Amino acid sequence: MEETLVVQNVKKTIGKKEIIKGLSFSLKKGEVFGFLGPNGAGKTTTIRMLVGLIKPTSGKIFVCGYDLQKQFTKAIQHIGCIVENPELYPYLSGWENLEHFARMLPSIPTTRIQEVVELVGLQNRIHDLVRTYSLGMRQRLGIAQALLGKPTVLILDEPTNGLDPVGIREMRQFIRTLAEQEQLTVLVSSHLLSEIQLMCDRVAIMSKGEVIRIDTVEHLLKEQARTYWNVHPIHIAKQILKNETTVLGEKDDFIVTVYEANEVIARCNARLIEAGVSVSSIERKLPTLEDLFIELTGGETID
Amino acid sequence: MINLVYNEMLKIVRKKRLFIIAAIVAVLVSLFTYAQFKQVETIRERIGTTDWRTQLQQQIIDTQNRLNSTGISEEWKKFLKIRLQQQQYYLDNDINPMAPGAPTFMRMFIENSIELFLPLLVMVIAADLVSSEASGGTIKLLLTRPVKRWKILMSKYIAMILSTSFIVFSVAVLSYAISGIVFGYGGWNLPLLTGFSIQGEELNTAGVHLIPQWKYLLIEIGLAFFVSLVVGTLTFMLSVLLRSTAAVMGIMLAALISGAILSSMVSSWESAKYLFMVNLRLTSYVSGMAPPIDGMTLSFSMTVLAIWALVALIISFYVFTKRDVY
Repeated sequence: MEETLVVQNVKKTIGKKEIIKGLSFSLKKGEVFGFLGPNGAGKTTTIRMLVGLIKPTSGKIFVCGYDLQKQFTKAIQHIGCIVENPELYPYLSGWENLEHFARMLPSIPTTRIQEVVELVGLQNRIHDLVRTYSLGMRQRLGIAQALLGKPTVLILDEPTNGLDPVGIREMRQFIRTLAEQEQLTVLVSSHLLSEIQLMCDRVAIMSKGEVIRIDTVEHLLKEQARTYWNVHPIHIAKQILKNETTVLGEKDDFIVTVYEANEVIARCNARLIEAGVSVSSIERKLPTLEDLFIELTGGETID
Repeated sequence: MINLVYNEMLKIVRKKRLFIIAAIVAVLVSLFTYAQFKQVETIRERIGTTDWRTQLQQQIIDTQNRLNSTGISEEWKKFLKIRLQQQQYYLDNDINPMAPGAPTFMRMFIENSIELFLPLLVMVIAADLVSSEASGGTIKLLLTRPVKRWKILMSKYIAMILSTSFIVFSVAVLSYAISGIVFGYGGWNLPLLTGFSIQGEELNTAGVHLIPQWKYLLIEIGLAFFVSLVVGTLTFMLSVLLRSTAAVMGIMLAALISGAILSSMVSSWESAKYLFMVNLRLTSYVSGMAPPIDGMTLSFSMTVLAIWALVALIISFYVFTKRDVY
């Protein structure tokens, strides 16, 4: 698959402190890539380097083959982004904001503005002043703005921040659609594992300026998610489960096993019932970000 | 580039800044027109005649009286002497320096606003050109377009120049249009004296010659425009350096006001003449008033201002293109 964004050993030092300690990764066409990490892990700094707001101290960033440092205009043309909040001009209407940014791109026809407005579903309010928009509408206008120049890579910093549950779900679906149908590379950052899990194909986990792991979401979850069995009596159940899956231990009244596919869970359940064990609940639990971190970093906590 | 400048002008217009400035000018001009009208009336009452020669003679006597009174400083005495010579020259050559009419009012308005009022108006526009983008977060959107950073800053600078032109233009037009209602619109060809130069204590009248008022006005408006541009450029630099528009305004305001105060008390502190604030009254050189510090000339002041502006511009562009945006 085609690589659209390549980051090679990027470092950033501010004063004497190394904020970003050598990042390397590459994104492919049509994938949603998640940046996961607690606040202060360096997600936003990294994103700002990817869009040219901050110059890396060393290392290289390539967008569609263009060096971001040396061929800035050519490289940035392929990037659409929202960094942190979608801050637009409140005293202009949504439409005027889009026109404003369209004028900064090489030849964007009015039809393209209309197109992105429809894409984000803002037709009804587009001629109102941005001052009167809700946060969700601003977020959508921000995305419209990012999509104007038909970018190859879309970079969104905490895209669901401040949205209500419906808005979050819409945003998720929207991002998936962009990646699947328009074949965009989408990079999103988040500090919520649940969000990354639902949206992304691959994820990079950041901590203290370093990527500690890059993997597919599926793989990572399989490794880290747990299944909790509330069963009685526990010792019989444990024997049965040991034959079918890996038992990790007991916690309170639960038996903890690794994450398994649906068929495996169902089969285990059937076996338990056959043996006369009462099963009151089977629950798959994602590790909290904190657990994941402790697991991945070997005891290092979020601070 | 035209698109970028259009964007910047759109933002200035939609923030209603230019409209507010035009309104401020209109209100102030009306105020001063009325004040001027009152002054003319009181003088008329006191002297009991509208003949300007008697008025001018009266002024000369006033000045002489003030000169003879005790307890005035050497600097002030020097200034009064020069003023006296100038007034005498007007009288001897049968020229009415206070000939009423809208062009005269306009001239006086520009002469009096060049030091503080015009720079303040320019400051209102220039102060938030860059800093408002930084504090509003929109700078991040501007700088992630396929446009080089220096071009974005250049478009803003051009927008500042255009707005400054608008401000100077509207001050000129409004002061003419509004005062004309009271004083009449005539007086463009009134001959005025210029070419005074001050050498030590003496008013050197060797280079003095007459020019029609419209020419005189053009010179003064040109100088006012130059001063506005310099102040605009300095404000622009602060706007690049600071995120807070209030801080930019505060610093500029302090500088401008300190300039107005310093001008009247720095005659013995010679190196103060390299400060931009004391060099703003360029029109004084044309009308032949004593400069705040000996040895200051029109070309000296203009050079000092130009250097300040140039340095500010270089700093602005350097910082803006190199800076990391957080």
